[in-house]
Amino acid sequence: MGRYILTRLAYMATALFIIISLTFLLMQLLPGTPYSNADELTDTQIQQLNQKYGLDKPLAIQYAKYIGNLLQGDLGDSYKYEGRSVNQIIGERIGPSALIGMQGLIIGTIIGLILGVISAIRHNTIFDYGAVFLAVLGMSIPSFVFAALLQYYIGVKLGWLPPALWDGYQNTILPSIALSVLVMATVARYIRTEMLEVLGYDYVITAKAKGISSSAVIIKHVVRNSLIPVLTMMAPLVVSIITGTLVIEKIFAVPGIGEQFTNSILINDYSVIMGITLFYSVIFIAVIFIVDLLYGVLDPRIRLDGGVKQ
Amino acid sequence: MKIDYSEITDDLFTPDSIVNENKDEIINKERISFWKDAWIRLRKNRGALIGLLLIILIIMMSLFGPYLTKYNYDEQNIAFSNLPPMVPGLEWLGFNGQDSFNVNQYEERGITENFWFGTDQFGRDIWTRVWIGTRISLYIALLAATLDLIIGVAYGSISSFFGGKVDNFMQRIIEVLVGIPNLILIILFILVLEPGIISITLAMVITGWVGMARVVRGQILQLKGQEFVLASRTLGTSNRKLLTEHLLPNTLGPIIVTLMFTIPTAIFFEAFLSFIGLGLQPPIASLGILIDDGYKSMKLFIYKMIFPAVVISTIMISFNLLADGLRDALDPKMKR
Amino acid sequence: MEPILSVNNLNVSFQTYEGEINALRGVSFRVNKGETLAIVGESGSGKSVTAKTIMKLLSKQNSCINGGEVIYNGQNLIPFGERAMRKIRGSEISMVFQDPMTSLNPTMTIGKQIVEGLRQHEKMSKKEARKRATELLNLVGIPNPEERLSEFPHQFSGGMRQRVVIAIALACNPKVLIADEPTTALDVTIQAQILDLMNNLQKKLQTSIILITHDLGVVANMADRVAVMYAGEIIEMGSIDEIFYSPQHPYTWGLLASMPKLHADRSERLLPIAGSPPDVSQLSDGCSFAARCPYAMKVCHKYNPLKTDVTGSHSVSCWLQDKRAGKVDSAIEIGEISYAT
Repeated sequence: MGRYILTRLAYMATALFIIISLTFLLMQLLPGTPYSNADELTDTQIQQLNQKYGLDKPLAIQYAKYIGNLLQGDLGDSYKYEGRSVNQIIGERIGPSALIGMQGLIIGTIIGLILGVISAIRHNTIFDYGAVFLAVLGMSIPSFVFAALLQYYIGVKLGWLPPALWDGYQNTILPSIALSVLVMATVARYIRTEMLEVLGYDYVITAKAKGISSSAVIIKHVVRNSLIPVLTMMAPLVVSIITGTLVIEKIFAVPGIGEQFTNSILINDYSVIMGITLFYSVIFIAVIFIVDLLYGVLDPRIRLDGGVKQ
Repeated sequence: MKIDYSEITDDLFTPDSIVNENKDEIINKERISFWKDAWIRLRKNRGALIGLLLIILIIMMSLFGPYLTKYNYDEQNIAFSNLPPMVPGLEWLGFNGQDSFNVNQYEERGITENFWFGTDQFGRDIWTRVWIGTRISLYIALLAATLDLIIGVAYGSISSFFGGKVDNFMQRIIEVLVGIPNLILIILFILVLEPGIISITLAMVITGWVGMARVVRGQILQLKGQEFVLASRTLGTSNRKLLTEHLLPNTLGPIIVTLMFTIPTAIFFEAFLSFIGLGLQPPIASLGILIDDGYKSMKLFIYKMIFPAVVISTIMISFNLLADGLRDALDPKMKR
Repeated sequence: MEPILSVNNLNVSFQTYEGEINALRGVSFRVNKGETLAIVGESGSGKSVTAKTIMKLLSKQNSCINGGEVIYNGQNLIPFGERAMRKIRGSEISMVFQDPMTSLNPTMTIGKQIVEGLRQHEKMSKKEARKRATELLNLVGIPNPEERLSEFPHQFSGGMRQRVVIAIALACNPKVLIADEPTTALDVTIQAQILDLMNNLQKKLQTSIILITHDLGVVANMADRVAVMYAGEIIEMGSIDEIFYSPQHPYTWGLLASMPKLHADRSERLLPIAGSPPDVSQLSDGCSFAARCPYAMKVCHKYNPLKTDVTGSHSVSCWLQDKRAGKVDSAIEIGEISYAT
């Protein structure tokens, strides 16, 4: 198991390094300058600003400085907002995003599991067909369409929940629901598929032949062994949540990182864009790592044979 | 069904063996090719069929829809601005030309022409714009999917076919690439390349080919171990022939399925990018742009967003249903 | 002596895409205490269905028990509900399945899987259960049982795994053990070990065994009595000597003749039974074997044969038994049956 962890860590580090370098490279290729009032500045002024931000040094030096800063956890300063560092901005905004993101993920996973397990047990009944139908809808309809519709019908027309802004806990509900839909549909679908297969496995009949009750068999044998595909999907689902927050925060006016990201893109605040990109990448890689560890917990074959995946 | 044994007469006890008439082990079903078999199974899947029909319908509409009205997608006419949808005969469904205050705008402003999906703030016909937008969205998706296919198949087949060090190396690259969230890469690429059809497509391809490559590699690795490949090799088949005539045709199934799944992903991404402002620029309108436009005036004119939203959702649902059905139909192990 | 298990006229059908299939069409047999009954037949003859029906493990969604009884301990199990059956399963009647690779849960330790069955039926603490589990592993011949309790199935070899499966099945001292092709998935040498094990355990514990197999070699090794199944019916049943040395049904002759013999001349061809097993969804009147039987008569194609008793313990369903049938020159010496194709 130790070797398994080390290998995964090595991959994490490599991936991170490549992302950092790639982001740096891309930043160099971005057209124009990062200064908002570039047209009004004279060339000398631009030169001065470049000097101030160190943008006039050769690439290699900029790169080295960049890496150096990163190792100290410094993501640089915003080009657009005077005196604000990227770390600060992320720090202020991470709260709302994390809140709706986690809520969305947790609600989606729990409800998805329940729906999926029940429809597998009640295979070929109305419940099953209904659940599958809803799952297809949930996976196909784009999250921002859902979000917009939720906002309109529940927020505006019915007024049950606040349609936007960030005043109190109830403001988190609609965004979280919008984010949870894809998670719910994916989890339900994957666990259902896996369970249907596992239910046909011999060891399920063996368990029944021992006199164990159906529900005990399902909970102790079937569900646990069906979780692996769901776990596999966790990493892409986290990505979908991150992606989702980009639009959902915009729609619901949530002051989170996603909203900041889209704004920064529109105003070309390069350092913030880069900083947030790296931040997201770190989260993603960490999630992959955690998922890999959890594989070991769920499936002893992986744990004991040092990561030999089927 | 009670048998009356008293009916049995003595003469029935004469030899009457029909053993010689039977051929051993008749294969009693007619030979069906793999593809025909897959098609039969696909047909049984109602969801997939519905998906297929809807896709065909939407493609037809995107091709011919704009010509059903006399308006162009960019024809502006302020006199017609912000008209709710009006379809004579379908008023009961909501196509009654009434705005959110239930005032029939057509009567109010004395307009005699009917706009089936209504108009936007510039008086442009939404029906036409939706179908042109569909065209563009589909085009981008197909382009991206095709490029994904070419690159992915090439990479995956080379990697798995040659195996060993080559495979290892190529796989490491993929493993690292996978560690980078797609969307971020896409956004960065678009920032660099300036939004436009080609740049969006390229950006999606750069990150999308990996899925196809992995599927192809997995399938070929599995096939390589099977005996028909060994048999071919012992007959002296060249590598190239082995790849093109034996391995790839047997990989077509998963390739098609992956392709079918790639398309809705591409459509989603394009719409998503448009929604956050990184998509195509006006006056070109893709479905994503239309939804974004519609969203901006959602409170007053919900119809502007509903139509493109319904179309895009239908496309995504249909492709997902079809792809699902194809995956079940093309998987030979899943015989019911 | 009362039989420990009696199956009378069992009728089971399945609903499939192609219509209703009558998998069991009037199956009857008995098993006595401490004896081994082998049920022999080709794939599709209904052997596994019989086993699963006794344990009521058939999927309720598409199967239907249309008639018959399964008498155990004086009670008919067929009307039993799930709760009542659960008391029987594992503790009175147990089952061993074919493939040890897949019949054990890969993510649960062996110990847990044995203990699960034990604690379901007997009141014991976890400690006591583990102790008993260790004894069981010892019983089936697994070395280092205490350590192996915490191991997972994939850490055992195929033969070892099957021993574990047997240990689980015998954990609560069932009176009847149903073994569905227990050695088919194993190497021949391991096969012999497992059969030996089962024989020894049977002597020790006096368990009755219903052994389901298609392999006559296994039958010869283990069985006291044999029932031959074809197309959902038992067409011949008797003691092992009766079946091997004076078989009466042409299908049984075919089975015996098709076994490759150690002492046979290399140049002798193997003798298969002509044709293939019938499509059970489309059975016509008459004997189900008639189409493949070289001794078939007109009556065989029209009427299903009655069950007749050759001796007190030997019964067969075949029109050749009828007085009116001509004498078949049944050269019963195995291997010398003339079988024209």
